[in-house]
Amino acid sequence: MENFFNDLINPNNFSEQIDIQGFKEDKLFYFLRQMMLIRLVENKLASARRDNIIGGPVHLGVGQEAIAVGVASNLNKSDRVFGAHRSHAHVLSMGADIFKLFAEVLGRDSGLSRGMGGSMHLWDQPNGFYGSVPIVSGTVPLAVGAGIAASIQKTNDIAVSYFGDGAMEEGVVHESLNLAKITNAPVLFVAENNLFSSHMHISLRQPSSMLSRFAIANNIPYQVVDGNNIVSISNAAKKLINNLRNGDGPGFIEAVTYRWYGHVDWREDVDVGVNRSNMDIKKWKMRDPILRLKKALLDKNLIKENEIESLENDLNSAINHAWSKSLSAPFPPKESLLSRVYAK
Amino acid sequence: MQNKLYNYGTAILSAFEYLLEKYPEVFVMGQGLWSPWYVGNSMTNLDKKFGKKRIIDTPVSESACTGAAVGASLAGLKPIVVHPRMDFMLYAMDAIVNQAAKWSHMIGGQANPCVTIRGIINRGGEQGAQHSQALHAWFAHIPGLRVVMPYSVADARDLFIASVLCKDPVIFIDDRWLYEQEDTLSPIVELDLKKEGPKCIATGKDLTIVASGYSTLLAMKAKDELEKYKISAEIMDLRVLNPLDSSPLIESIKKTGRLIVIDGGWKNCGMAGEVIAAIVENLDLNHFKSSPQRITLPDAPAPTSRELEKIYYPDVHKIINMSRFILQ
Ligand SMILES: Cc1ncc(C[n+]2csc(CCOP(=O)(O)OP(=O)(O)O)c2C)c(N)n1
Ligand SMILES: [Mg+2]
Repeated sequence: MENFFNDLINPNNFSEQIDIQGFKEDKLFYFLRQMMLIRLVENKLASARRDNIIGGPVHLGVGQEAIAVGVASNLNKSDRVFGAHRSHAHVLSMGADIFKLFAEVLGRDSGLSRGMGGSMHLWDQPNGFYGSVPIVSGTVPLAVGAGIAASIQKTNDIAVSYFGDGAMEEGVVHESLNLAKITNAPVLFVAENNLFSSHMHISLRQPSSMLSRFAIANNIPYQVVDGNNIVSISNAAKKLINNLRNGDGPGFIEAVTYRWYGHVDWREDVDVGVNRSNMDIKKWKMRDPILRLKKALLDKNLIKENEIESLENDLNSAINHAWSKSLSAPFPPKESLLSRVYAK
Repeated sequence: MQNKLYNYGTAILSAFEYLLEKYPEVFVMGQGLWSPWYVGNSMTNLDKKFGKKRIIDTPVSESACTGAAVGASLAGLKPIVVHPRMDFMLYAMDAIVNQAAKWSHMIGGQANPCVTIRGIINRGGEQGAQHSQALHAWFAHIPGLRVVMPYSVADARDLFIASVLCKDPVIFIDDRWLYEQEDTLSPIVELDLKKEGPKCIATGKDLTIVASGYSTLLAMKAKDELEKYKISAEIMDLRVLNPLDSSPLIESIKKTGRLIVIDGGWKNCGMAGEVIAAIVENLDLNHFKSSPQRITLPDAPAPTSRELEKIYYPDVHKIINMSRFILQ
């Protein structure tokens, strides 16, 4: 596993098309569509932030789309998913309405969190998304609790906790792994290892870059996957989630990936990153999870260039429509400042 | 050394430089110290000047880092921990409240954690509930912690130095909304934090406005506006919130007979309520020409939506209205 992990973090590897053997066409198209949707939505957010139309910070996960889409392809709306500051993909992969996401980022009353939370506080429980927050690791124990609840409630549902390599440094994440294991809670921990916590590379923060060493320490079944390969993620998640639903306790996925934008907003942040270079960004862009799936689909004659183009056009017109609708959506009423503090 | 122009951020930077040059036992740890991102212009290039051994950019581990700083202080160093946002400090509450604050008392005053914990208030810009908090009142509630909240550029530098040199654990709270303030400072003179407290920074006769940190800036701006209404306000800057010395405040009310406290925290169990109580219980009510008032945040988390953010924070307008109201 260590060797595979070391290959994964080397930006020179894994730029070839992915192996789609054994996957049904409609599933592959679904993967493509979802990843493209997320990419286009986030690029829209990036430009609107740059143009100062969005007033608050946006943490973009462009380049990391495969992880959320691959995991979510094995989830139900009755599952309980928790995210963090970089969670547009997590919520969209569960089926969130793009208009509601845009409206939220713009602070409008019709947004996912009724305009009270913006990009960093998203909620879409009807679709299985229980919440995302910017306090690093804040939702990890919450996901464990939602998993414990599922087992008390005797449902088949599971909880999912998305967190980053930076979050791994918070004590509460380690408490959560231990707690989930000892209570046999159905929690899937999804560690998105993009090698950075804001400006700092993982090698400056941790003695080993492989996060799954903590799954091993807690005796939690784990998989290390290429986070830019939608098929491997979907497979790994499927296997672990089956076990979770069978009552076998928590699982852990470490998905190695890279974010194309800087930590926050639209810039690439090469200058302020420690160990972040133009060359690395260029190489990681060759490992684009969408491109690698497209290449495979084209190679196997499952799709044509012009079909991809028209898919992109369709997605863009849906996005543009949702965007202009959200720009004219009303802000929350003034009373909401006080009326939403406690339960009605 | 001559007088030099600083802003609030570079004043803090100069305090760091002074301390790190003069006191080898000072070291700094916190997130973002090797990057220009989190700490504005207040720590630029310290790592290059003093080395990465004394200026440590840490993992995302507020609890361990703060506890480690407390431990290092017990072992003879003068650590400074930097939390680029107060909200992140909540993971460090045990080290601050159970350990640092209690240490001296529970071992009979035989050892003191000489640690400074710098928590930065960083809000606005639609960042919302978990990236906006001003929790000075929480810390001021805890015996054993000294809580410092500078408004002026000079205090940003001089009270920071005094905090680090003080033997007790100090929570030093600076506010990103003050970083652009400028002033010309004279050469550094070390102050004894135990002797510092609330200060009258502008005299007046009709009304006393008490505030700290950014709220004091609002009070100063309001003072100028109020002149137009022929209202003369006296501005008292708290500077040190715990232990709170109410005597200079009481002297001011004896003169003006009217009190407004402005605070960027919440109302319930907040700093403004504490200031009013500390004055009222020590001053005959005959001195008051009107009942004391406070202007605080509404008792709600910070919203993100720009329309709600606009009405959320105390501003000059609210101070003018309140002042005119109590002078009617
Ligand atoms: C408790 C806490 N500490 C620090 C921060 C500042 N911060 C915001 S995001 C971030 C990086 C987290 O990195 P990671 O978990 O790897 O997620 P990524 O940004 O890579 O998606 C940090 C340090 C925070 N929001 N909360
Ligand atoms: Mg990361």
